[in-house]
Amino acid sequence: MAGSRTSATEVIGRGHPWLSLAPALCVIAVLFGGGLVLGLAGSFGMGRGGWSLDAWAAVLGEGRVWRSLGLSLWIAFASTALSCLIGLGAALLLRRRFPGQGLARLLFQINLTIPHAVGALGILWLLSQSGFLARIAGGAGLIDGPAGFPALTQDRHAIGIIAHYVWKEVPFIGLILLANMQSIGDDPEAAARSLGASPFAAMRLVLLPLLRPALIRAGAIVFAFSFGAWEVPVLLGQSSPPALPVLAWQRFTDPDLAARPEAMAIAMLIALVSALLIRAAFAGRS
Amino acid sequence: MNARARMALGALLIAALMAPLVPLALWSVARGWFFPQILPATWTFEPWMRAFAARSDIPGALMTTTCIALAASALALLLGIPAGRALGLYRFRGKTLVELALLAPVIVPGIAVGLGIHGVFLRLGLTNSALGVVLVHLVPTLPYVVFVMSGVFANYDAEAEAQARSLGAKPLQVLWHVMLPAIAPGVMVAGLFAFLVSWSQYILTLTIGGGRVVTLPLLLYAQAGAGRNDQAGVLAMLSLAPGLVILALVARQLAGRGMTIGGTR
Repeated sequence: MAGSRTSATEVIGRGHPWLSLAPALCVIAVLFGGGLVLGLAGSFGMGRGGWSLDAWAAVLGEGRVWRSLGLSLWIAFASTALSCLIGLGAALLLRRRFPGQGLARLLFQINLTIPHAVGALGILWLLSQSGFLARIAGGAGLIDGPAGFPALTQDRHAIGIIAHYVWKEVPFIGLILLANMQSIGDDPEAAARSLGASPFAAMRLVLLPLLRPALIRAGAIVFAFSFGAWEVPVLLGQSSPPALPVLAWQRFTDPDLAARPEAMAIAMLIALVSALLIRAAFAGRS
Repeated sequence: MNARARMALGALLIAALMAPLVPLALWSVARGWFFPQILPATWTFEPWMRAFAARSDIPGALMTTTCIALAASALALLLGIPAGRALGLYRFRGKTLVELALLAPVIVPGIAVGLGIHGVFLRLGLTNSALGVVLVHLVPTLPYVVFVMSGVFANYDAEAEAQARSLGAKPLQVLWHVMLPAIAPGVMVAGLFAFLVSWSQYILTLTIGGGRVVTLPLLLYAQAGAGRNDQAGVLAMLSLAPGLVILALVARQLAGRGMTIGGTR
């Protein structure tokens, strides 16, 4: 690999990697960087006659914002923990041969390609009190009417939202872990087994530590998404308190334009949480 | 765990993952399917006929979504292949920083940057336009293409380019006859998944398109919100289709590699 690298520099030596990187980096800088900078400036009241801390003071002093933040953190923690746990289980299940393994692996990937909006609507029609599961429960004589079925969507604990993220992200985590298991191979575990470790101990003490870096990064991606996505809580969430991204959008589309700086401030809060995540999970990687 | 237990658990897992698609599919072929009916009383293709009737919004949204996704993925490839080559082949100062800068748009949620981008585009006159939506879709798609292509170029033998050059090939000939055939499968995967990522966007489309640019996901929620569940069911099936086709096309190439960034967001 080192050889091909040096020769590559000679071949394309007319330029520098920065030349090929420049167009992509410029686009990201203008769109993404520009978006962040203008969002930040907007939260300080830029474009509305001078700078002020009013929006930040209002947002940080408002109980509703903190309740929304708490709800979004709960959604993100629960979705990430469950996705990682079930995703790990699924990967452990699918890595060994069994009849139908190939088909199961293929079907396992389908959710990755499904748009979140489609999945969220499917979850709503599956789990709501007049949804598919409630009808099956009714048909089985378990409940008398829709009110007899537990509220799993638009509920206080955001169960529907979490169910959606787990449904969508288990295959994501599972496939990343499967790919990692494939490159790790069976040798480390086999070595532990030959030294007398039980299968479970070999998995816990040898395989899991090897999978940890990949699991942390994949988990960070799931956390950031389930914390900041809009289309899922807007459909599956209760109206009060709304998830933080839904609250930001409400302020952004408020007929009272004075609410816009507050929308920007909430958007910056969301960006801040994801920046902390990137720092924790990705910065300083080899 | 024996093979039979694995089979049972595997079937359970797949059934749970497929379950939300069942009511969507059923609504697309049902008329008036309400509690407590478990299955529709009337099965009909009427929702599909209505979806493609003259006064329906669905064909237009299908066209808009397809064109935007094609344009966004083409642009992402154009910008992302050179960048992926630089990241895959070279080691240079600041590379980690570049990777982090390209990773950030994947992690930071759309709404956090979308509201600010709306401000940028307002000044450029790009809001409420399909062009603006195409450009904003570069935020999620471009990093995706760069990372896939950097993986492709990390396994690419640049020695062949040197040999072609020493045999007298011009740079463009090298690009066309040596590099492109070698990276073509990777370009296909990157392009198809950039298409899917754009196809699935919601909040960035809504923020920049301002409701004027109506893509399938937006129409899906509008129809479901208006109680036209049969039309929403059709829209859901239409939205699923490209993903399934693409998966069938690239399933073999993905096995083992995994989708590095992780599907559609």
